[in-house]
Amino acid sequence: MDWGVTDLTCRRGARDVLTGVTFRVGAGRAVRLTGPNGSGKTTLLRTLAGLAPPPRGTVDAPPDAFAFAGHADGLKGQLTVGENLRFWAGVFGADPGTVEEALDAFALRPLAGRRAADLSAGQTRRAGLARLLVTGRPVWLLDEPTVSLDAASVEAFGTRVARHLAGGGSALIATHVALGLPGTQALDVAAFAQAVGASVADAAFADAIE
Amino acid sequence: MIGLVRRDLTLALRAGGGAGLALVFFLTFVTLTALGVGPRADVLAPVAPGILWLGAVLACLLSLDRLFALDAEDGTLDLLLTAPLPAEGTAAAKAAAHWLTTGAPLTVAAPVLAPLLFLPGPAVPWLVASLALGTPALSMIGTFGAALTVGLKRGSLLLSLLVLPLCIPTLVFGADVVRRAAAGLDPSTPLALLGAVTLAALAGLPFAAAAALRINLR
Amino acid sequence: MSLWEYANPRKFMALSGRVLPWAWGLAAALCGVGLVWGFFFTPEDFRMGHSVKIIYLHVPSAFLAINAWFMMLVASLIWLIRRHHVSALAARAAAPVGLVMTVVALATGAIWGKPMWGTYWEWDPRLTAFLILALFYLGYIALWSAVESPDGAADLTAILCLVGTVFAVVSRYAAQFWNQGLHQGASLSLDAEENISDVFWQPLVLTMAGFVALFVALVLVRTRTELRRRRLQALTVQAQAA
Repeated sequence: MDWGVTDLTCRRGARDVLTGVTFRVGAGRAVRLTGPNGSGKTTLLRTLAGLAPPPRGTVDAPPDAFAFAGHADGLKGQLTVGENLRFWAGVFGADPGTVEEALDAFALRPLAGRRAADLSAGQTRRAGLARLLVTGRPVWLLDEPTVSLDAASVEAFGTRVARHLAGGGSALIATHVALGLPGTQALDVAAFAQAVGASVADAAFADAIE
Repeated sequence: MIGLVRRDLTLALRAGGGAGLALVFFLTFVTLTALGVGPRADVLAPVAPGILWLGAVLACLLSLDRLFALDAEDGTLDLLLTAPLPAEGTAAAKAAAHWLTTGAPLTVAAPVLAPLLFLPGPAVPWLVASLALGTPALSMIGTFGAALTVGLKRGSLLLSLLVLPLCIPTLVFGADVVRRAAAGLDPSTPLALLGAVTLAALAGLPFAAAAALRINLR
Repeated sequence: MSLWEYANPRKFMALSGRVLPWAWGLAAALCGVGLVWGFFFTPEDFRMGHSVKIIYLHVPSAFLAINAWFMMLVASLIWLIRRHHVSALAARAAAPVGLVMTVVALATGAIWGKPMWGTYWEWDPRLTAFLILALFYLGYIALWSAVESPDGAADLTAILCLVGTVFAVVSRYAAQFWNQGLHQGASLSLDAEENISDVFWQPLVLTMAGFVALFVALVLVRTRTELRRRRLQALTVQAQAA
């Protein structure tokens, strides 16, 4: 799927963090977001996911195109891995077969009956990423997906993303680790960074001189 | 949406969920009231409708601060808002799950507890009817309050402060149904008003709760 | 030129700065004349004696306790629909004033109630409604101070104000219903307007107008303070960035 954004402003709290964000992502392509900590990578991903409405700009994609995976995995500790995935499959209206596929893709089959609270950090992360598959959505928005994954899991994850791309999907990935994906472009978020404190709301107050 | 209700119920039933806590609280509250007021039937019976309804309101308040807070902490709430299910549906499902774990058991348990406070026998069916009709409104109001305070670090006290005044109409009409029934009067008018408040809450508050959720996760 | 231009913080500051002395002056003059007239130059009621004169504080404060909430409702709606920051800040500024008015109405009612009915407190539907109104004010103010993000707080409190209005109105009728259910027939009407003659009415109108002017002045001052606070925040952030 081919999609893009034009002149997008991303807001966090009362501050405009990024302005004039413009890029396009072709079908089967991945874009890697780079930039120092706090430059607005997460804010951009959350804006695209629909969690933070953008004050300006357009997103040229249907709103149900995006699947978001943030720092938190959205797993319930008291439920098993399988139950967690089946719940998300139900919420996203996917058929139960995709759960089996997701379990296999992230080598979670042996852990399917285990409570999510008993998983290690890396295993939890894998279960959280497996959720992307059951959403059935074409564009993956990934925020530091490889945190707490070991080298083998990172490689397996890279392979899985590559397969998603080969199937016509696309991905926007904020990461410091090379995933070895072919044809990946880099997008430096710092280029769109807005000067600190120049938010729309506060600017109106700053010159409210009596 | 049904999946979300079912998941919340499963979570409540698993260890650490605390499904029966509201019921235990209700029983404790009734017992302590009797101990505080005195054991005489002529003292307890007139206040029984109010005590039972007040106990229901407070029991509904118990688990509210965790209604959205746990989902917000582990990222589930973010993901739910990006799911095809609208935020209004999420709020309604949460309220339904809350009612099934608090309001519904209270309604079932109330006839057992009513004799402890010497509530006259003919009033007991009306107590059950009023609780069945009124507690859904309490869950919905509580969900709205929880949605308002989900982003706050110490929201639980504020939550009570916001939710309790909103419960006033339900408490007034609900207790009045039982009081009238106990006095041998016709309780159908307050029962109809109680139902009206509940229907209005169920119709309007999911939208207010969803708006609050979206603002808090921005 | 549209009315909405005054929603611009700068325009608001300029206009409110000009209006404020007039509002204060009007409040002082009307309250002064009305209260002196009411306290010293009206006859004593044949039934209630001199205690009737507390209505010159009681009725205006009760009137404003309710209307302050309606002003907050309108300001909240303007904020939700048109996103004017001044409107949200005005709603925030009005809440404590409204709460004080409610407390004054309750306190004067209690003081008046003692010689009249022999009790400071009676669960009269109207008294109960004001007590409930005070609870709503407290919740609203608490929510404002609890949320850190200024825009988020404005949004959440506006929603609470909308929902709270509906529930406050329903509670008011519930209170009426509830008390009627408790003791049939026995009614202590607080309706001062019902049995009031012209002699009392004229100074009362003056004090009510005076209280409205006082309310306007207080809300303007508090809104200006809130605006300055936001401006200070904005300037601090800008200075840090520079």
